[in-house]
Amino acid sequence: MTTLLEAKGISRAFGGLQALNSCSLSVERGSITGLIGPNGSGKTTLFNVMTGYIKPDAGRVEFDGKDITGARPNTVFALGVGRTFQMTRIFSRISVVENMLVATQRDESWLRGLTRSKSSKGELAAAMEWLDFVGLSRLADLPAGSLSYGQRKLLELAYVLVADPDVILLDEPAGGVNLTLINEISDKIRTLNQAGKTFLIVEHNMEFVMNLCGSVTVMHQGGNLVSGNPEDVRSNPLVLDAYLGGGDDEEELEEMSNG
Amino acid sequence: MNVKQLPWWATALVVFAAFPLVVTNPFWTTIAIFALIYMSCATSWNMFSGYSGYVSLGSAIFYGCGAYTMALGSIHWHIPGGAEQFWLVPLSGLVAMVIAVPLGAVALRVRRHTFVVITIAFFFVFQLAAINANFTGGPAGLSLALIPWQGNSFNTPFYYVGLAILVFAVILSALVRRSRFGLQLLAIRDDEDRALGLGVKVKAVKLTGYTLSAFTVGMCGALYAMFIGQIYPQFVFDPVFDVTVALMAFLGGFGTLLGPLLGGLILESSQQYLTVTYSNGSLYLILFGALFLVVVLFMPQGIVVKVKEMWAKHQLNKTPQLEGSTLAGSQKV
Repeated sequence: MTTLLEAKGISRAFGGLQALNSCSLSVERGSITGLIGPNGSGKTTLFNVMTGYIKPDAGRVEFDGKDITGARPNTVFALGVGRTFQMTRIFSRISVVENMLVATQRDESWLRGLTRSKSSKGELAAAMEWLDFVGLSRLADLPAGSLSYGQRKLLELAYVLVADPDVILLDEPAGGVNLTLINEISDKIRTLNQAGKTFLIVEHNMEFVMNLCGSVTVMHQGGNLVSGNPEDVRSNPLVLDAYLGGGDDEEELEEMSNG
Repeated sequence: MNVKQLPWWATALVVFAAFPLVVTNPFWTTIAIFALIYMSCATSWNMFSGYSGYVSLGSAIFYGCGAYTMALGSIHWHIPGGAEQFWLVPLSGLVAMVIAVPLGAVALRVRRHTFVVITIAFFFVFQLAAINANFTGGPAGLSLALIPWQGNSFNTPFYYVGLAILVFAVILSALVRRSRFGLQLLAIRDDEDRALGLGVKVKAVKLTGYTLSAFTVGMCGALYAMFIGQIYPQFVFDPVFDVTVALMAFLGGFGTLLGPLLGGLILESSQQYLTVTYSNGSLYLILFGALFLVVVLFMPQGIVVKVKEMWAKHQLNKTPQLEGSTLAGSQKV
């Protein structure tokens, strides 16, 4: 297996807070990699650095062997790195299918957008196909703002997929949704992975991570603590310490040792 | 605008085109010309600000620049008063566009309230420059060559050029709404950072929208200058214009195609009528202020959306049988 997406020695401070402290992470092509850690350990910041939303103070981000450090989010996306957000972010005042169409362009020149209609037949078909995949196709013409929280999560996943990225970064895909939907999302991810998509997942639901991920990286205080397969990580004393030291995360620890 | 609505738009166009043939009184046609100018500006303003959510209160910059292009062009190129001057109208639009590029490049770096404040600041820079510069004639303004058209037919050419600009603005706005570019503007309105992360080149898209919308406003300014024949900096760079155009779009329906047309028609005709009838220049300002409050408090989405909602409710109430049957059905279960 080759490395598809890699962060090397990323550091980033916000004021006096060192959010990331020479943190490294690598995602193998075709894998589902999990990224866990106590709240405030820098997972989302690392996501933001890897997708171009935040520029790192030091370190390198590489995608498919190319240096993408400091590239803008639209460039990163055009290269093939898609992501979802922890707080789902959809375009609430346009329709569900229009949400999908926003993402279909990937690397189209901005001038082209002026002279073409908002969708081609092929794009519309692809959009509907992915909506069907997540089970939202019958809601296609509704304003996206009228979707429920779980449906928004699915829509966000669908519109990232429509652009056919090589690697998809999911920020808490199971956060705040019910068990049935968690299983559904987990199945979708597995199906997509079998079709060749690579995933990097931040998640607090340990069962979800342990079942799905081939390898797991644990972050703690802005650095990466341990990487390995789920079983090793679960029994690693450093990880237990990190979660205990995290203070208010005892619940997660419990989940971890049970799950 | 979809295909089903086309007959309605065509009918409206016929009515507008026939208006000066039926009503020849210059009192009414003058009001109509102003209504056309403001409807075009509101449509054009809405095409950028309504779609992208970047509320600009500096559109008078482009109106003024258009007016000065018309006046300076006519004077320096010795164009006699008359139909030949109309060639300067599209040129004025282009000049407004060129001016919009650097302004947009700076102002669009910030969002929301900061953007509004920066557009207002730019506006006052232009107004002050026009009052103090030499080539603009300073506070005394500029006079254009007299147009030797007589009587009731004086207004007719202005009316039709105004209508042509309006048709252009509406078609452009409808095309933008159907294009990928328009979809990108709407995505920016809802969540700009997310759009960026989905490959939308937000800077280029915003600047293009801002510049395109300046074109029509510039043409309207030129038409105004030619129609009035005399321009003063405080009237073409008018802060009330900035607010009025935005108010028209908000009243009719922010981000809709029909809204700014409706808002422009209602507000501008009533304003002109009140000003001319009661010869009290500031009466309409009080009314506009009151109206603005009413709109913001009771129908922030504007007339068009409000009526659509009421219509949908009406349709829902009209089918009580369906509701009854589902209720009965659920009771059985």
